[in-house]
Amino acid sequence: MQAFVGYAPMLPEIVIAIGAMAILMLGVFRKDVTPGEDFGSGWLTVMVLIIGGALILNGDGAREALFDGAFISDAFSRFSKLLILGAAALVLVMSLDTLSREKLLSPEICVLMLLAVVGMMLMVSAGNLIALFLGLELQSLALYVIAAIDRSKVRSSEAGLKYFVLGSLSSGMLLYGASLIYGFTGSIDFSVIATVAQGQPATQNIGLIVGLVFLMVGLAFKISAVPFHMWTPDVYEGAPTPVTAFFAAAPKLAAFSLLVRTLLMGFPGIATQWQQIIVFLSIASMVLGAFAAIGQKNIKRLMAYSSIGHVGYALIGLATNSEAGTQALLVYLAIYIVMTIGAFACILSMRTADGPVEDIDSLSGLANKNLGMAFVLAMIFFSMAGIPPLAGFFAKLYVFGAAMKSGLYTLAIIGVLSSVVGAYYYLRVVKVMFFDESKVTFLPVVRSTGVVMTLAGAFVLLFVVIPSPLVDAALEAARSLHVATAAAAR
Amino acid sequence: MALTAGFFYLFAALAVASAAMVIMAKNPVHAVLFLILTFFNAAGLFVLLGAEFLAMLLVIVYVGAVAVLFLFVVMMLDVDFAELRAGFVKNAPVGLIVGGVVLFELIALFVSRGFGVGLAQNPGAPVAQMGREASNTQALGLVLYTKYVFFFEVAGLVLLVAMVGAIVLTLQHKANVRRQSIAKQVARTPATGVEVVKVPSGGSVIPAAEGRS
Repeated sequence: MQAFVGYAPMLPEIVIAIGAMAILMLGVFRKDVTPGEDFGSGWLTVMVLIIGGALILNGDGAREALFDGAFISDAFSRFSKLLILGAAALVLVMSLDTLSREKLLSPEICVLMLLAVVGMMLMVSAGNLIALFLGLELQSLALYVIAAIDRSKVRSSEAGLKYFVLGSLSSGMLLYGASLIYGFTGSIDFSVIATVAQGQPATQNIGLIVGLVFLMVGLAFKISAVPFHMWTPDVYEGAPTPVTAFFAAAPKLAAFSLLVRTLLMGFPGIATQWQQIIVFLSIASMVLGAFAAIGQKNIKRLMAYSSIGHVGYALIGLATNSEAGTQALLVYLAIYIVMTIGAFACILSMRTADGPVEDIDSLSGLANKNLGMAFVLAMIFFSMAGIPPLAGFFAKLYVFGAAMKSGLYTLAIIGVLSSVVGAYYYLRVVKVMFFDESKVTFLPVVRSTGVVMTLAGAFVLLFVVIPSPLVDAALEAARSLHVATAAAAR
Repeated sequence: MALTAGFFYLFAALAVASAAMVIMAKNPVHAVLFLILTFFNAAGLFVLLGAEFLAMLLVIVYVGAVAVLFLFVVMMLDVDFAELRAGFVKNAPVGLIVGGVVLFELIALFVSRGFGVGLAQNPGAPVAQMGREASNTQALGLVLYTKYVFFFEVAGLVLLVAMVGAIVLTLQHKANVRRQSIAKQVARTPATGVEVVKVPSGGSVIPAAEGRS
């Protein structure tokens, strides 16, 4: 027993992995498993996620490193992991009904989701290049399969295949970059890489910088930053809606956390080099996200371009390379995740007697039929557009504030301008819902989906009243990362 | 020493020759078999270097799994290799130029820097800490389950995902699929397995399909 006490910081991961395997075994040996209906594996999965979250809450967030620094547990990882688990659990709760109606709910999809969550948690805690890659692959492989899970639809298979091929390409680039970084610094450990990079003059760092660029390309693909975003609209549209909701929330945060930790812990000495890349990714994502979404007719594609835009805004926080910037990024992502979950709860409820619909046109006149849902969706879209006093406004306020503090005025100005363009397509949806003639009638909202919808709407509305819990937690998380970096640099 | 050198040239020459045959063989199945021969020779080279673990891995993973998979793919898919090769003469000059550039770069690199420059001169380079007595399989085993146990276990989870994913995406529960039931096969007796049919002279009888499963 004594030997295992040291592993306590990674207890949540261990519990969730074991939970996944237990559900897998139940699925194998129970005979009453039919597609869409089984022994309640969905609720079991939610329970496992909640237990994992409780274990994380139970920890104190003190910085601990396991396995020679391969697994780092600190306030930053605690914040991100709680968000990831919460997002995964909420997405699952709101989509269980849809999954079982479309005969997609099986023990396997639950197991894959749980293992993807384990991968995300390992990404958040990764302290060296091998842990980074293994966590990323564990998450990605599970997501490729989940994207293609609906074998009765060609689009789902197409989404899975596209995601897989492009994802493998990006993993290859990431590995190539990692091998260059290892070759030029002689270590896989972020803290050692930072020390070696600090000691070398900039002219000898070219190999390291080339490696870093490849590493960032791989990670930029995972957060779908322009110009590595091509897969996003197709995968969002093709995958079953519950799966898309899952993709849009937790994995984004995990990949972002990984990017932030890698850059801040591993490469603080050459920050001026990677800041240029982040600034470029940020501007390109914001601009493309704003303009490409205008012509979309399918609401899932609209959400894909909207997520690309939001990635751009969140990247501003990283581009500042400051504690305030990291805090802003975490606040932005937390609010983005809640808004996305709320929006997808509404999209899941867009179903007629003939089955689910995805056109923006079919939302027309929703306010006359179902005022509650129309109101929540309108609030969420107002918030995404950044209209005060909703949560999305404060998210943007924090990142732009951090950018101004660090003197990145161009970035902030481009951000404000592109959010004005972005407001157009969000407001168009609101206009369609409130002022157009109604065409189709939706079935009533399922209760579990409705609860999640209400929660998300309440968060977006009430964030202005009590912002401090989230903002303070994000500050503590950001501080833990920057303090560690500063200590390593000394 | 001369014996080692002799084996080195044997394995190296065979590896290059069979690699050339991989791309020149007319029959794709032969090409895959030559690929397997190349792997074996590469494994031989690893053994000469004292890296017997890599040699075993090469034989088990590449010959045992990957090459056999290639063989299945080549034999099962109807790929028209004549068509694939049609543009060879047209594309050959471009390929030669690219190959020539890469060769020139390699030669330039080794001439200018020699073979000895590498990680050893880097301040952060890892230092080999194996005892002199440990073979490299033993040395790997000593760290794989202790120092690197975290990576080992996570790699296990990745493989679990791969297995579950492959099964989820390909297994189909169809009602009319005939599956082998060994118990049923064993329980057959001459009374149920054999049917005596009277064949009319000049005619034919199609036996009833019952009992076949």
